[in-house]
Amino acid sequence: MSYQPIRFYQTGTFTVGNRLLTEEQRSVQSGRERTNSLNSGHRACQGCGEALGARYAIDAAMAATNRQLVAANATGCLEVFSTPYPETSWQIPWIHSLFGNAAAVGTGIAAALQVQGKRDVRVVAQGGDGGTTDIGFGCLSGMFERNDDVLYICYDNEAYMNTGVQRSSATPPTARTNTTMPVGESTGARFGQGKNLPLIAMAHEIPYVATATVAELRDLEAKVRRAMEFRGARYIHVLVPCPLGWGHGSAETIKMARLAHETGLFPVFEAEHGEVKHVSKIRRQLPVEDYLKPQTRFAHLFKPPGHADLVARIQALADRNVKRFGLVDHAEEAT
Amino acid sequence: MLKQVEGSAAVAEAIALCRPQVICAYPISPQTHIVEALGRRVDAGELTPCAFVNVESEFAAMSVAIGASATGARAYTATASQGLLFMAEAVYNAAGLGLPIVMTVANRAIGAPINIWNDHTDALSQRDCGWLQLFAEDNQEALDLHIQAFRLAEELSLPVMVCMDGFILTHAYERVDMPTQAQVDSYLPPYEPRQVLDPADPVSIGAMVGPEAFMEVRYLAHAKQQQALELIPAWADEFRRVFGRPSGGLVHEYRTSDADVIVVALGSVLGTVKDTVDEMREQGQKIGVLGITCFRPWPAVAVRAALQRAKRVVVLEKSLAVGMGGIVGNNVSASFAGASDRVHTVIAGLGGRSITRGSLHRVFGQALADSLEPLTFLDLDRALVDRVLERERAHRRSGPIAEGILKDLGVVAAKIG
Repeated sequence: MSYQPIRFYQTGTFTVGNRLLTEEQRSVQSGRERTNSLNSGHRACQGCGEALGARYAIDAAMAATNRQLVAANATGCLEVFSTPYPETSWQIPWIHSLFGNAAAVGTGIAAALQVQGKRDVRVVAQGGDGGTTDIGFGCLSGMFERNDDVLYICYDNEAYMNTGVQRSSATPPTARTNTTMPVGESTGARFGQGKNLPLIAMAHEIPYVATATVAELRDLEAKVRRAMEFRGARYIHVLVPCPLGWGHGSAETIKMARLAHETGLFPVFEAEHGEVKHVSKIRRQLPVEDYLKPQTRFAHLFKPPGHADLVARIQALADRNVKRFGLVDHAEEAT
Repeated sequence: MLKQVEGSAAVAEAIALCRPQVICAYPISPQTHIVEALGRRVDAGELTPCAFVNVESEFAAMSVAIGASATGARAYTATASQGLLFMAEAVYNAAGLGLPIVMTVANRAIGAPINIWNDHTDALSQRDCGWLQLFAEDNQEALDLHIQAFRLAEELSLPVMVCMDGFILTHAYERVDMPTQAQVDSYLPPYEPRQVLDPADPVSIGAMVGPEAFMEVRYLAHAKQQQALELIPAWADEFRRVFGRPSGGLVHEYRTSDADVIVVALGSVLGTVKDTVDEMREQGQKIGVLGITCFRPWPAVAVRAALQRAKRVVVLEKSLAVGMGGIVGNNVSASFAGASDRVHTVIAGLGGRSITRGSLHRVFGQALADSLEPLTFLDLDRALVDRVLERERAHRRSGPIAEGILKDLGVVAAKIG
């Protein structure tokens, strides 16, 4: 006898809204105790993924540490839009030193707190992908290797947006930036380049590494809270779409982040001590075109006659992620 | 207590007496013995509480010091040469943020060609970065200046660089009078930061400042350094009261009162210069010495006063502003009330070249005889230079300069003596 199994996909996703959840399951952002660590009035662009990610992440860190938090910030969009003199959006102790040293400044803060016996005060260092994967990479790797008690959060918008959209080592292949223009024979950023920083962080065998997107803010909050349960070096890599640099509508930031996950291009997972412990499954893997087409940085791939070969290579990258991280539960799909 | 110790060990002990809370260590000759000694003390539990952080670069060393200092900890690091250049961005940042970090610079030449020996090019490359720069004449002064440096830095909320000649001081065993913990504690109060990263009173440090206020921020840095010109002599006096010996201050005068020629220098070479001057005095020549202890802020008034009666000034410096001449010489010229053609610059001792009394007799004698050139390179091997220039005229692909010179010299290692 054949039957149709019923699946309640909404279960466990928290999309039912906070009113129907128990107190402890509610998001930090919806709570009365929300700290507005990155307060309103800052100068981020409309639809800025980084501002959204930072607000959720830092408020969650504040909640997890009972408001005993200090932040170090790399130079970049987040720093520039949050602290135009004489204003600041930060409601927490916050320092900006340089582009490439946020992790090391975090180490210094943690060292000072340790000698002062302030074990309850925790440290976050944060920066964009340029400040993390490129110019700040040396300091970041050093902080990981020493296992300093710092949570580093990278808000990855896949290029140097603050300086006007130039390629970073987090820029995906074929993306158009102002230093990877698809002109002449060029088809944008090259294949075979770039760094996967979450995997590099895991190779340092630090206690906790996670990826997240601004499409699943509840997940981001939970990962920040989880990170604060560990001592030592921790790393969270948050995908934060940038309407300016990606060329999508400012109302489509969360949609783009969700598509990055659901195509398999940006695997969302958690790892502890170098081992993957949890992956956010994709219910139905979407074709990469769904993600690429709405973004003008990939427009050259679809202009007639098009670059079907390049789209296929991007699809292969997504498929590799799906396989590598087990993003799709094929057994379930088969039923 | 009198001790016969290596300069680096003396400085490490002085730093330990200052109760540092965060020490960042990255190895580079010739400062390495200092942080090694401090690391041993921290590991042995002699410095509690103190964090000793083995960082991955000098850039990280200064960055960790920035984070620690901004969190209210007394922070220290040491570097030299390439290391100072590698951390340069953070060196400027520490000054701009007004963080009272103390750093030893064990002065060493800057490559290329790579050279580990002493000159002052490293520290003087950072002369405009906003740090106070103090130069030690001997190991006693090196250790004393570090104690004064923490006091100065924390009072002014400005970082202080204590410069001591690499190898000549850092690796020399000399007798020093090591102060007691009680003496240092009575001179150096606990660090009370003007700004601190504290969840109980959140502040933002390091905001972007545009044209509307940047000039004012810079002016305040300058004004604070001018303030230091008054504090440095005052605290040198207090240092004398507490420790029972003179040390520090802006400048040291030696036999200048009736001198026709005054030699200006900084660092350990002052010893040789004074010996030479003593010998020339015995021959009845009116020559004296002005030692610069504080290079930044530049003690213009003290220098002008000291040089007031001099007919000629000879600036002997271990640094070179390539394409211009002397760095110290340029500063001295600006403070000399007489005609600028009366100030002579002698570039000496670059990359560890020995500065001998014989050579000093020669140039000082020329100054007394009014025959010294405006700019002299002491003991320059002109024939060697001419061979390179000739080779460059003859061949387009004349090859790398330094290697060509070594080939001409017929040696594989640099000649020290």
